[in-house]
This record gives sequence, C-alpha cells and structure tokens, in this order.
Amino acid sequence: MKEYYFYTRGLTVGYGGVPLIRDISLSLKKGEILTLIGPNGAGKTTILKSIIRQLAPMAGTVYLDGSELGSMRARELSRRMSVVLTGRVRTELMTCEEVVETGRYPYTGAFGILSEADRRMVRESMERIRILDLAKRDFMQISDGQRQRVMLARAICQEPEVLVLDEPTSFLDIRYKLEFFDILQEMSRREKLTVIMSLHELDFAARVSDRIACVKGDAIDRFGTPEEIFAEGYIARLYDIEEEFCDMQTISPELRAVRGTPQVFVLAGNGAGTPVFRRLQRQGIPFAAGILWENDLDYPAAKALASEVVSVRPFCRIDDGALNRARALIDSCREVICAVDQNLSGEFARELRSLLSYAEEKGKPVSRFDKKK
Amino acid sequence: MRQGRYGISMALLLVLAMAFLMVNICAGSVAIPAGDVLRILSGRSADAVFADIVLRIRLPRALAAMILGGGLSLSGYLLQTYFHNPIAGPFILGISSGAKLTVALVMVAALGASVRISSVMMIAAAFAGAMISMGFVLLISRVMDRMSMLVVSGVMIGYICSSVTDLIVTFADDSDIVNLHNWSKGSFSGISWEHVAVMAVVIFGSSICVFFLSKPIRAWQMGEAYARSMGVNIPLFRALLVVLSSILSACVTAFAGPVSFVGVAVPHLVKGLFGTSKPICMIPACFLGGSVFCLACDLLARLLFAPTELAISTVTAIFGAPVVIVVLIHRRKGGG
Repeated sequence: MKEYYFYTRGLTVGYGGVPLIRDISLSLKKGEILTLIGPNGAGKTTILKSIIRQLAPMAGTVYLDGSELGSMRARELSRRMSVVLTGRVRTELMTCEEVVETGRYPYTGAFGILSEADRRMVRESMERIRILDLAKRDFMQISDGQRQRVMLARAICQEPEVLVLDEPTSFLDIRYKLEFFDILQEMSRREKLTVIMSLHELDFAARVSDRIACVKGDAIDRFGTPEEIFAEGYIARLYDIEEEFCDMQTISPELRAVRGTPQVFVLAGNGAGTPVFRRLQRQGIPFAAGILWENDLDYPAAKALASEVVSVRPFCRIDDGALNRARALIDSCREVICAVDQNLSGEFARELRSLLSYAEEKGKPVSRFDKKK
Repeated sequence: MRQGRYGISMALLLVLAMAFLMVNICAGSVAIPAGDVLRILSGRSADAVFADIVLRIRLPRALAAMILGGGLSLSGYLLQTYFHNPIAGPFILGISSGAKLTVALVMVAALGASVRISSVMMIAAAFAGAMISMGFVLLISRVMDRMSMLVVSGVMIGYICSSVTDLIVTFADDSDIVNLHNWSKGSFSGISWEHVAVMAVVIFGSSICVFFLSKPIRAWQMGEAYARSMGVNIPLFRALLVVLSSILSACVTAFAGPVSFVGVAVPHLVKGLFGTSKPICMIPACFLGGSVFCLACDLLARLLFAPTELAISTVTAIFGAPVVIVVLIHRRKGGG
C-alpha cells in the first residue's frame, strides 16, 4: 500500500454501535480525486464523517501518508485536512471574511491573531473562489450558494493536503459548479491536493473523479475509475432506477414515457428531435420516431420516450425494412412532425425527404419544427 | 475601521464603568459629594462618617456589583456560545437556581450547627449546585436540540430548585430566615472586604482562563464539526467551558444570590455595541458590560424606593427581559 497516499483497511462505520457500512477499502494516490456516489441515505456522509474523525470508526483503520489517521495529533491533522460539511452553519455577526479567516486556525498562535502571511492567504483563497465582493457581508445574510462558496474558500485557506467535501456543490448554479470543479482539478493537478467528496451530480462525478466509490447497502458496491463505474447499466442498478428513465451513456434523465399506439410520427435526427419528443411527453401524446441512426444525438431521448423508434445501425445505409416500417407508422399516425432540417445535403438525407413526401401524398398534416425559431 | 469601533466601544464601557462606580459611591440615603469621595479614596482626611460609609459599605458593594456583574455576563456569554443558543444564560438554564439551592442547604445546615461558613465554602456549595443543574441541562440538550426546548427545560429546573429552596427556608429556624430570605431574592448588600477579595480572586482567575480560550471559542462558533477539523480538543474544550461558566455563575450566586437576566441580556447589548462576536473582543467587553449593567441596576435598586431596597433581580429583569424579547423577534426575522 506504499504507493497510496490515503487508504482504508477494513473500515466499518456506523452510529451508536450499529454498523452501517462494512469493510470499506478505498485507496488513493496523492493528488487524486475520489468521489463517493450512491442513493440518498446510503451512508456517504457517515463515511466522510469517519474519515474526518467526527465519528469513531467501529473497526478498521484509515491511513494518511503512511501513518494512522486515528492517532494523529489534532493540530497536525488540521494542517493536513480541511472539510466542507452539509449541515448549516449558523454564525452571529460574522462577516464572510471572518468565516474564511477561521481556516487559518491551525497556523495562528495562542490567541488566533492573524499574521500578514495569514491575511494574504485569506485574500488569495477568496480571490480563487471569487468571493472577494462578499468579504464584508454578514455570513447569515447571503444565499445558500454564496455560503457554500465561502465555506469552500475557508477550507482552501486551511492549506490542506486532503480536502474532504460533503456535497460541496449542492447549492451552486451551473456556472459556479463548473468553476468549482475547475478549481478542484487545477489544485489536484498543480498542488497535488487530494480530494475526497460525495456528489449527487453524476455528470460531474464522471468528469472530475479519478476514482469513484459506489455506496450501496452495507458496503462499497464498486470502487474504480469512472469508465468502470459508468459501464453499461450499472448506475441504474446502483440507484434502482427503472432503466427507461435514464440513458446512462449521456447521464441524461428523461421523465416517464407515454405508452400507447403512436399518434404522431416525428422525423428526427441531429438532435433536433429531442425537444419535440419532450414536448409530446409533456402533452401526454404517444409518438413514434425515426429514422435514426443509433449513434444520432436524438437516439437516447427517442429510445427513452418514443413508443417505437425506427432505427438503423451506426454508419449503415437506411434499408428497405426501416423505410417500410416508417411508412407503416406514418400511415397509422394522425400527424407527422418534421424536426430534421430538410435541406441537409448528406447522401442519406434523401430517404428522410422521401418519407416527408410520402406523408404529404397520404394527406397527413405535416408540421415543420425548426428549433432556430 | 472595525478596530476603531472596538476601541471606541471599549473606551465607552470603561468610562461608563468609572462613572457609575463614582455615582454608586456618592449617591444614597446620605449623599456624599464627589470631592469628598475622591479625598477618602486617595487616603486624605475627610469626614469620619463619610469615610466609614464609603470604605465599609458603598465601595465594597460597588466593587462587588462590578465583579459579580462582569462574571455573570461572561458566564452568560459562555453558555450562549456553548449551546449556540442566544437566550441561554445561567439564570434561564436553572444554573443559578441550582447554586442557590445548595447554598441555602449549606447555610441552614451551618446555622443549625452554629458553624460560621466561609466564603470559600459558600462558593464550593454553589459550584456543586451549579454543576448539578448544568448536568441536567447537558443531558436534556443531548436529547433535544431545539433551542426553545432547552430553555424551557432550564426554566423548569430553575422552578424545581426554587421550590425546594423555599421549602428549606420555610422550615429553617425563624431567626435565620430574614437573612436567608434576603439573600435568596438576590442582593449586593452586606458585602465585606473579605468577600470582595475572595470573589475577585475566583472571578478574575476564571475570566482570565476564559480569555485564554478565545481562540477555540472562535472555532466553536462555527459548530462542533468544524472546530474539530480545525484541531480543537473537543472533550477538553467542552469540559472547560462547562466548568468555567459554572464557577462564574456559582460565585455570583454564593455572594449575591440569584441575579436574573444579566447573563442573557448583557452579551447581546455588548455584541450590538461592538458589532462583532469575536471572543477576543467579546470576553473583556462582556465583563465590562456586565459591570456597568449591574452597577446601574444596583443604584436603582437602592435609590428608587429608598430607604426600602429592591431585590436586584427586580431591576435587572425590567431592563434585561425586553432585550431577550427583542433578540427573539430579531432572530425570527433572520429566518431563525
């Protein structure tokens, strides 16, 4: 285990003598990012609490840089590890700057007075998370998302080697999420910061993590690289999602499909069909879609939402079987929506255009959906 | 800019403390001119009666009000910090009443056995009672984390202790009752120089210890989990905070009986004045604020219906209780 900077051996965690998750074995090199994922209440927070010594492990050991974390002196640990937790912090008359300043605690003297270097570090951390404009604001009078960023700056200000974060981005909007993960990645690359966090955002977990641990039941169900974890069908099993709800290749969730005999046929392709599928789903209208190559942008959503998808294998010609099936569906539908751009010059676009004229011949109402409008 | 505000506020408190000290010594059934007081205090000759009143009655009483008021306010600040509860205080949580009960027990027992009780014994008895009440409050706080529930439980503990104290007082010998009864209502009267010396040692000693805890207190304000991650030794810190706040409020109860609302109200007034919750500021400021508050209240208790003296809690409650109400309303507005 020498090559690992952080690892656990037979760690069992739980509350009040009741083990919740048994025999946890995680291992992480310096500068790697580990993400815990898993359903609500699986015990991600319990594991994190045990790692930061908030909870005593019921069995097993956590090792940090070769020594037992459990027997490390409080001050030494505080200089190596900082945390951002989920619980609300209630402060009284504390500015955001003062909250960040508490991150310097392990480095200041008996009365906690900040040196010039400490102040510089406080400024730098706030600059990094871009909260300098919040410096003089009262911590209780800012939004949850802003508070979360202040707590992140506080944690960074503690100059940790390991950063433990419990759902650090739950209140952040998409821009700050992106910014946050960008900072995290940069720090892990450049400063060899090791990160252990729990996330609900699977899309980001798949992108930012070097390792992912999946918490389910009373064990770590899987521990591996994102490629291993996001392999076919696993995520749906981890979260007990009926497969139809989510395409795990794109981690793009769709609401429950409207089943039944298709009333509308959607000529889709190139991603233009997806908004139409979703609109029909909202309106409760069962529909069929086609003709889609299985690697088309529209395919995952069509697969999830349409009653029937006429598809062809990737990079193959549209064969007569598919064309005939599509015609049959057009015959049975009361309406056709053409979402795909009819002026596409590709060789295979011809077949799609032929379907459109087929529908017009048959006197089906055809509406064109142009997403640019 | 902030440093400036702290400096001005601290200076204001110091000036107020000195001014009230002077007024407390001058004013009374016998008014003594300030010039005479200064002459007496600087050891120069003056009217012998005046000197007697100043040196044997008013000065020790005023000093006691300052020291005990400071200790009480600091104790309240510690309890509010410890429980993360803005309306915690030694009186509201029943800690003063617990101390009162054990002191009454010891007093009656000592009087029955005709033993003279020393100040140290009184403080020890009060501390034991304070710790018993504190123990109950801590137990309850483990089960219930709602701040209102904690306070309600504290008030109940206070009532139980007060009833038992009343029982003891009722069954004590007639001759003792007057003395005991006055004390059990709370008063700064009848303080001797020996008392002042003992309380000064205990309260200044504890307050200095508290001041040395200002760094971990700051960490604790962020919550236990964060304090731990900053390297605070949580069990030790908790124990110190509990013991120190109990010693402070026990010492006050031993000498002055239960004094209500100083512990809960003064820290808020001081926080409002300073605009911060930094312990390194708040600890000395709360002490000074408590001194000023108690000097002012004791002055009113003595003068308002002179020669009848009011119980000190009667006056402190009138000024302190509204502060608590304002704090509660303010918190509600802040989404608390």
